[in-house]
Amino acid sequence: MAQDFSDREVQFETHPDRYRHWKLTFDGPMATLSMDVQEDGGLLTNYKLKLNSYDLSVDIELADAIQRIRFEHPEVHSVVVTSLKERVFCAGANIFMLGSSPHDFKVNFCKFTNETRLAIEDASQCSGLKFLAAINGICAGGGYELALACDEIVLVDDGNSAVSLPEAPLLGVLPGTGGLTRLVDKRKVRRDIADFFSTLVEGVRGKRAVEWRFVDALYARSRFDEAVSQRAADLAASSDRPSSGPGVTLGPLEVTRSGDRFEYSTVTVEINRMKRTADLTVRGPDGPQPSDAKAMLALGDQYWPLRAFRELDAALLHLRLNEPEIGIVVLKTQGDREAVLAIDRTLASHRDHWLAREILHFMKRTLKRLDLTAKSFIALIEPGSCFAGSLLELALAADQSFMLDDPDQPTAIAMSVLNGGALPMSTGLTRLQTRFLGEPDKVETLLAIGEAIEPHVALQTGLVSFTPDELDWDDEIRLMLEGRTSLSPDALTGLEANLRFAGPETLETKIFGRLSAWQNWIFQRPNAVGERGALKTYGVEGRPEFDWRRT
Amino acid sequence: MISTERIPNNVDLADNKRLQRALEHWQPKYLEWWRDMGPEGFQNHHQVYLRTATSVDSDGWAHFEFVKLPEYRWGIFLAEPEPNRTIGFGDSFGKPVWHEVPGEFRNQLRRLIVTQGDTEPASVEQQRQLGAKCPSLYDLRNLFQVNVEEGRHLWAMVYLLHSYFGRDGRDEAEELLLRTSGNQDKPRILEAFNEPIDNWLDFFMFTMFTDRDGKSQLMSLSESSLDPLARTTRFMLTEEAHHMFVGETGISRILERTCQLMKESKGLAEDVRRQGGIDLEMIQRHLNFWFSRSLDLHGSEVSSNAASYFANGLKGRAREETYEDHQITDAVFDMEVYEDGRLFQHEVPMRNAMNEVLRDWYVGDCLAGVERWNKILEQYGLSDRLYLPDKKFSRGIGIFSGFYFDPKGNSVSLEEWERRRGDWLPVQADKEYLKSIMVEPIYEPGVFANYIAPPRRGINRMPLDFKYVRTEA
Repeated sequence: MAQDFSDREVQFETHPDRYRHWKLTFDGPMATLSMDVQEDGGLLTNYKLKLNSYDLSVDIELADAIQRIRFEHPEVHSVVVTSLKERVFCAGANIFMLGSSPHDFKVNFCKFTNETRLAIEDASQCSGLKFLAAINGICAGGGYELALACDEIVLVDDGNSAVSLPEAPLLGVLPGTGGLTRLVDKRKVRRDIADFFSTLVEGVRGKRAVEWRFVDALYARSRFDEAVSQRAADLAASSDRPSSGPGVTLGPLEVTRSGDRFEYSTVTVEINRMKRTADLTVRGPDGPQPSDAKAMLALGDQYWPLRAFRELDAALLHLRLNEPEIGIVVLKTQGDREAVLAIDRTLASHRDHWLAREILHFMKRTLKRLDLTAKSFIALIEPGSCFAGSLLELALAADQSFMLDDPDQPTAIAMSVLNGGALPMSTGLTRLQTRFLGEPDKVETLLAIGEAIEPHVALQTGLVSFTPDELDWDDEIRLMLEGRTSLSPDALTGLEANLRFAGPETLETKIFGRLSAWQNWIFQRPNAVGERGALKTYGVEGRPEFDWRRT
Repeated sequence: MISTERIPNNVDLADNKRLQRALEHWQPKYLEWWRDMGPEGFQNHHQVYLRTATSVDSDGWAHFEFVKLPEYRWGIFLAEPEPNRTIGFGDSFGKPVWHEVPGEFRNQLRRLIVTQGDTEPASVEQQRQLGAKCPSLYDLRNLFQVNVEEGRHLWAMVYLLHSYFGRDGRDEAEELLLRTSGNQDKPRILEAFNEPIDNWLDFFMFTMFTDRDGKSQLMSLSESSLDPLARTTRFMLTEEAHHMFVGETGISRILERTCQLMKESKGLAEDVRRQGGIDLEMIQRHLNFWFSRSLDLHGSEVSSNAASYFANGLKGRAREETYEDHQITDAVFDMEVYEDGRLFQHEVPMRNAMNEVLRDWYVGDCLAGVERWNKILEQYGLSDRLYLPDKKFSRGIGIFSGFYFDPKGNSVSLEEWERRRGDWLPVQADKEYLKSIMVEPIYEPGVFANYIAPPRRGINRMPLDFKYVRTEA
């Protein structure tokens, strides 16, 4: 039966009670995430997820588990990632799923899996939650890339289990979930060895795997579990997370849908299918807000920044996967600037408390998700909006921003301490630093502005792109949106991805900018997806036929 | 030093420096493995009347002599080359066969050879304690013949690894000696080779059914485009035939004895057992177990690996020449599948169904053996018959694993399965009973255990009371 992803909406919300592919268990400061992929549990039924191979449904659960450990289990200090399958750790992304997916789905799938692996590293670097990959069987492709995202990798020494990146020789594509990047940039494997390894279907096992830094240690089967526990305990000891809970339960997001309108408690998405645009509105906090950690904890997932950014995250994922034809997202805010700034101050002054820390890093990751979304973002700063502090980041993240300049309806934006470094982009720079790469001194000056920033100042300092007046506003916005939606979606994606990330390279920017870009190019080429391309012929029709010209 | 006299061969070992160097390193480790993991209690003081292959011509591979097991001359033989042989199937059909490993198939070929090679020493390890329970010297000798030949089959695979796969091949050859059957840390690759075989009923069933899977695999590898692999496996098949002979006649002789005991009594299972024989139900349960397990060894019904092996010309169908279409790009296989609680036929691209094609060939081959067994029952005027269970019964690999079917192939509930599995598969009481009748080994020439009839003739025209295994002072 022919199936594709176009007639099916991907749901990103899940819960450990409903996991089909992972088992999450806890033992004091250690958690174990065990992969046990159900062959028939994938998003679609035209492929079987054999040998712990995965599709998006598996990764959605992984992402959920990592997020929940961070918020719901602050007492957990280390996480063992392993497999419940006999002699199989993970065979990577399912080839038949990739082979049968449309291009846009493949790209979004890879992007999400990349974000999830980066979330593992973010948890380690920013929250002291350490990850140990306990490879207890064959570990290929995406399976090894998952391990590469962990702090430590141990491999069972059974004469059979190996780690490998067979994508190039086997499938004519790249290990695109950070594999190539992490080999040389993170694990510092020598480039010639990495080159050899990445052209080898069967990978490397035993002592060689350790000597060449592909794994950190080897253990015999009989000693494996004990050694893993010991290493997980050692990793846990290096953590600065609290010794006990309680955590904050992440309840289900409440959303009302009517037609093309999604109404969350603080976020609204309204899709205009004719125009191929969506309005995404974030509403600021309402009523009294906590000023100390205890009250923050008591509010839990209802605390505004956590709630608003979870909803924003969900809205972005929905737009990415389920609304591929919506090319422009118009970002709006509503609410009280002061209330947002107060929240920012509370978070900043409690940043040593685990919950405030988690919320800040989650806000950061959500904004990065926005930076990495292949849609045009246009911020409209209108009367009654609250583009202040953390929400100002939305306007700074946008490809262009428009601020209404109408003396009768005063509109303003504002800075908070969070614009100064708490919410960096994947380059490591703040959005302000990126924006003013040519005027580095300006950033400090702008951050020092205590009061609201009026349209003319915003325009003059470069914080917004344009400030049409009330007479021009409607036409200006309409023309801009109509003009932009008529452009090639591919050209826009490429253009935005190139302009958004000025500044230095990091592991993340290399993964999204170089590895993914090359992968997405390869994914379009006949050598991979043509009638006789490697991805299409794998396992079905024998050898691929290549166009031998190097480009 | 590697001596070409100690290692009979037709691969020009005397002039092959690379092979000599590799074997110099490997052979001592092999002997060490044989002493540690080969037949227990029969390494130092016993001489066994064994056949040694000394060349590939008709009398060369049937040279008999008394030899101490560790001094057996394991050799390296390839079947005679077929001049101008061309590729017999797959995308490169009709092109000349390969005399070297093509770089692009290096990994797939290596994996095939390693997986095949791994089973050879594994079975020696599984069977190492059987000598102390043997039903006769004749059977003891056959066990050792099977064992040394499995050892030689390991040599055959190691020869390919050493000659065609460079450093990786040498590493793999060494790993073949480091993994051991049932070892917790380094087990054998295929699960069926990780449990000991500790009674002779299991041994005969193993050589009948599991060695016949070996035959399936060797048949398909003997079609390979890699000529040295095809020639090596073709010669191995001549030896494998003897292993199946041991299995099939072993069960025949047990059946014959069972029939005699049934004739003498009322034919009830308890009566057979009271007289120290093995009743038909117990034989059927063991048949069920080994047959279904050996079906598993053929792999998943729908397999992308199998498709790719066929397309690339690495592994063909048994007796490929009997088929008309050798490329089968468009053909489909009508496969029985089980989904949502119902069985139905489903079309699968033929290339992806190659494991199933081979499995069907295997089932046919087994069926012929079972029919020969039933002839014995018939001769004794008994109405009982042995049968092969359905392909869906008790499967651990493939589309039927995880579901429950009775030996007729009917779907049953888990409760039903739990309730009846003791009727269908060997139970602990069977193991204990078999152990009890095999406690004492029989080392007296010409004498056979009570549960098994003597064979029709001896080995190499020797009498039945010939001392096939003799003890040194």
